[in-house]
Amino acid sequence: MSDIMSLGFGNTVPVVEHPDTGKPGRGPLARRRRRLTAFRVAVFVVMGVFFFTPILAMFEFTTRGTGLGAPRTLASWRAIFDYPDLITAIQVSLELAAITSAAGLFLLVPTMVWVRLRLPRLQRVIEFLCLLPLTVPAIVLVVGLAPVYAWVTYFFGSSTLTLAFAYVVLVLPYTYRVIDAGLRGIDVQTLSEAARSLGAGWPTVMWRIIAPNIRSALLNAALLSVALVLGEFTIASLLSFQNLQVAINFLGRANAGVSIAVALASLFFAFILLVALSFVGRRRSAPVHEEE
Amino acid sequence: MTQSMTDAAVGPGAASGQGVEVRLEDLRREYGPVIALDGLSLTMAPGEMVALLGPSGCGKTSALRLVAGLEEADAGRIVVGGHDVTSLSANKRGMGMVFQAYSLFPHMTARQNVAFGLRLRGVKDSDRKRRAGDMLELVGLSAQADRFAHQMSGGQQQRVALARALAIQPQVLLLDEPLSALDAKVRVQLRDEIRRIQLEVGTTTLFVTHDQEEALAIADRVGVMRAGRLEQLASPTDVYARPASAFVAEFVGLTNKISGPVQGGRVQVLGTSVAIVGTAVPDGPATAMVRPEAIVLTTDDGAGGDAPGELGTVLAVSFLGAISRITITLPNGGSVIAQLPTSVAAEFPAGSSVRVSVRPDPVPVAPADSPS
Repeated sequence: MSDIMSLGFGNTVPVVEHPDTGKPGRGPLARRRRRLTAFRVAVFVVMGVFFFTPILAMFEFTTRGTGLGAPRTLASWRAIFDYPDLITAIQVSLELAAITSAAGLFLLVPTMVWVRLRLPRLQRVIEFLCLLPLTVPAIVLVVGLAPVYAWVTYFFGSSTLTLAFAYVVLVLPYTYRVIDAGLRGIDVQTLSEAARSLGAGWPTVMWRIIAPNIRSALLNAALLSVALVLGEFTIASLLSFQNLQVAINFLGRANAGVSIAVALASLFFAFILLVALSFVGRRRSAPVHEEE
Repeated sequence: MTQSMTDAAVGPGAASGQGVEVRLEDLRREYGPVIALDGLSLTMAPGEMVALLGPSGCGKTSALRLVAGLEEADAGRIVVGGHDVTSLSANKRGMGMVFQAYSLFPHMTARQNVAFGLRLRGVKDSDRKRRAGDMLELVGLSAQADRFAHQMSGGQQQRVALARALAIQPQVLLLDEPLSALDAKVRVQLRDEIRRIQLEVGTTTLFVTHDQEEALAIADRVGVMRAGRLEQLASPTDVYARPASAFVAEFVGLTNKISGPVQGGRVQVLGTSVAIVGTAVPDGPATAMVRPEAIVLTTDDGAGGDAPGELGTVLAVSFLGAISRITITLPNGGSVIAQLPTSVAAEFPAGSSVRVSVRPDPVPVAPADSPS
């Protein structure tokens, strides 16, 4: 006679019903559950207000008409396409995001697997190196990167895409953590040894065995990279490259409505990615327990 | 299953003939200061199943991993079917391996797991599917072909792992404690099944285990390892009945350590002169290793006389089904364990006085001051 009430947090709370009437009970247990439910709803509402108020304010700002009492308009959103520099910056930032994600994963995953299997003593060193960028302020990073970029420009030209070198370093701490968690979730040694004994070379082990089993971690790492690159301003600005955030900053001085609209659009892009990845990363089916 | 028996004839056994000879020659492997293998030599006949048995750290898993190519030997050779494979990488040795940990690829179904090795070998899609199906039938899991690892029990996963290892028609099958993660009942079932399949396909098999019952039950020969060397390599019967050393006697099966003097190549045990097996022991005090079933109990009628043995008191009787184990305390404070059919053991209730002697079968003996 009991039912399950879903609260939207992925948790469920059993509702204690009166044995005769079938209505929610009035005992101390039922009261405690009701208080807990109320607390959860309150937290949900407060957090929602906290996160959505600025977004709604941004949206409200982008739809204001010119002058007092002017009607709402989507002119700022439509005007996004009137700024070719902005479109180029969006394009470059998306390319940077793709390059950084791919390069970060190609660099990190084989290295971490190899260290885990063959050089476990180096695990701490690798972890330290990967987390180091987190402790260095972006401004300090730029001071160190400026002379390096003189050489980067010399060898690879002055394309904004060369920022990918710096961004790969920038995203290392986040991608390392996510991939490390993914690798901890599987028995890398046994799976790779099983594959090797069946005739797989190392590239096959990486591509066909390890990668599919840490798919969620790889997608999350890629998402983090995309989000970080799309939101990065300091390094690009100080190294005099124009990416999305730098372009938004410039545009903000000329047309605040359009710059906020672009910022909001990039935020929604990240949200959509997050939601999409949460579906992609799901298991195929629930485990089945059965007798031998 | 009839179909699978037929198909097995065109399976691994048929393709690899009756298995190949495997020779391990003076293998050495060190991990820093620890010597895992200290000149291990072993020859396996084609189609034979050898079980390596020993306590933790004796080097049995290292030996298996060296054969698999998952580790490199510091010295020595591994010869499979007449070819030196010592320097070949694991993916080129063509050996099937079943691991102690569940090793099915989680993102693949049972069928895809079994077909993985065939896919790497460029086997046509239709042949691959057919062969994977045959292998799954061989291990009795056709109905679970489309399940993922997390949808199968531990025993089923290990069966699929066995099918996967056999699907590539391996020259040698390597089993690294494949049953140790399973519960007792499933372990016995799968143990027998592994032996049945191994006999069916005829692949030379190296089986590593720390479970003596497992090793004795299914292997053609059992190698007992100690400190990186083979202490004894013999048939299960010989390892049990004629252990080559006190260590083997103590490690395999239950053993009574009974003190007695050695003189002229024989040891005096509970009043009976018994021949010594294994290495010669100098005259003097020694410890004989006597199996519980070699202990003879007679009811003490008080007459004594010339009957061999010592008087003792039954301390406890453990009922184990068809047999019972009786613990007897001796006047010198020591104790011995006898194993008798339960119907016979009923004659010796706890507290009763008994005469304890031994059958005059040869026993291994260790000098009194040496560790076993």
